[in-house]
Amino acid sequence: MADQLTPEDVLLGVREVSADVLRVPLEKVEPTSRFIEDLDVDSLYVVQLAIALEDRFSITVPEDEAQTVKTVQEMADLVSSKLSA
Amino acid sequence: MPNDAPRPKPYLVNRELERVVITGLGAVTPLGNTIEETWANVLAGKSGIGPITKFDATNYASRVAGEVRGFNPDEWMNPREAALADPFLHFTVAASTMALRDSGLLTDPTRGETTGVCIGTAVGGAGVLVGQNHSLMMKGPRVVSPLTVPFSICDMGSGYVSIQHKLYGPNHCIVSACASGASAIGESMHMIQRGSVRAMVAGAADSSVLPIHIAAFSAARALTTHNDDPEKASRPFDLKRNGFVMSEGAAVVVLESLSSAMERGATIYAELVGYGSCSDAHHITAPDSSGRGALRAMREAIEMAGIRPEEVGYVNAHATSTPLGDKVEVIAMKQMFGDHLPQIPVSSTKSMTGHMVGAAGSIEAIFGILALRDNHLPPTINQEFPDPECDIDTIPNVSRKKEIEYALSNSFGFGGHNVSLLFRKWTGE
Repeated sequence: MADQLTPEDVLLGVREVSADVLRVPLEKVEPTSRFIEDLDVDSLYVVQLAIALEDRFSITVPEDEAQTVKTVQEMADLVSSKLSA
Repeated sequence: MPNDAPRPKPYLVNRELERVVITGLGAVTPLGNTIEETWANVLAGKSGIGPITKFDATNYASRVAGEVRGFNPDEWMNPREAALADPFLHFTVAASTMALRDSGLLTDPTRGETTGVCIGTAVGGAGVLVGQNHSLMMKGPRVVSPLTVPFSICDMGSGYVSIQHKLYGPNHCIVSACASGASAIGESMHMIQRGSVRAMVAGAADSSVLPIHIAAFSAARALTTHNDDPEKASRPFDLKRNGFVMSEGAAVVVLESLSSAMERGATIYAELVGYGSCSDAHHITAPDSSGRGALRAMREAIEMAGIRPEEVGYVNAHATSTPLGDKVEVIAMKQMFGDHLPQIPVSSTKSMTGHMVGAAGSIEAIFGILALRDNHLPPTINQEFPDPECDIDTIPNVSRKKEIEYALSNSFGFGGHNVSLLFRKWTGE
């Protein structure tokens, strides 16, 4: 069940989804990695990422909230907040 | 305050037209993922046609196609984008990069400002659009990718190539169905002739081995039903032809003004000396059975070059292996070349590549260019049962060595588009 995921599970899931969508090795996607500066993500790919996260975690991630996220950890926190909502 | 300074002269007035040459070639085809591999297979008379593997075609009337094999788009574009982009875009980027590299322009720091791009396509990223539409219908609008539009629109081939290689010249996409690749080359020629750009990356790409296109072209009775022996399914001019074989790929050339090519010391493959373009204005899919459109396109190309028809040493025919289309092209050639036609070798390389849709026009232009370079004419394979209505020299089954000076390539498309390109062997002047 989604609500039984630990913060570590969520972080790993966000890292895996990011690595897949952005086609970068998992080890390059660290909690402190910044989407724009470190992972070369533009606004189109933030939406693509949000779609993939929605699919992975069965949640809804509004686009405006996803666009404000700066790091992988912040994205994991956003996903966690949607999971517990 | 009045400006008394003299205006600059309008630069098109009384200007001598630039001559246009080919300095780079690139292609991804069912016969190979490079120009040289494709050309070697064409000269060897090999077929690139096999059973459809891209989807389960069991219930389709046509179950054979020319699929691109062993091609890795990650080698040519950002893998993140390749994962979401349509194969037509993968093929475009690969063929364009090959052509630019071949021309030497990739390492020329001044190329960007003076080079444009015109990559045509018949259907563009239909595969991406169909896939996203499926997701939309199954799961709703939230799952639709924001990359759907950029990675499916027809012009993104030209757009992407300009971005990747920083080419700031004119940029657009020509759509004239199966003549797209030839139209792109012809219109690019005009742009260079009038001096508005130094070089153009021109050609076309399509990836139509898709369930919707196989079903739809079959419904229009355009595709072959020779499913049992795929390599014999595409048989232009042969009595047992019964429709074209869908295939895919891209073919791109670098066109350049002669002055620019000479200045750079570039290797010149051939000169583009003629371009004819007209419309049947007759029917949405069928050619005008009199052949007048095809005839006019050929005549315009030959007249632009200022040569006699019998100087044409080889014709790469459009001939797709449909009963009517091939016959009408022969009717047009009989009017164009008269008594000389029996002495002019004509082949349809679609017998080997299948029909690469928009890219057919540009790959066949390239075959004409390479025939001039090598004095070696590709055959029409699967010539077994001569059609009395196609009584021409089709270079049956085996390639032929022949010294030629001019090669003509015909391309026609749904909507009544007719295009002919005429190339001259490059002899150093």
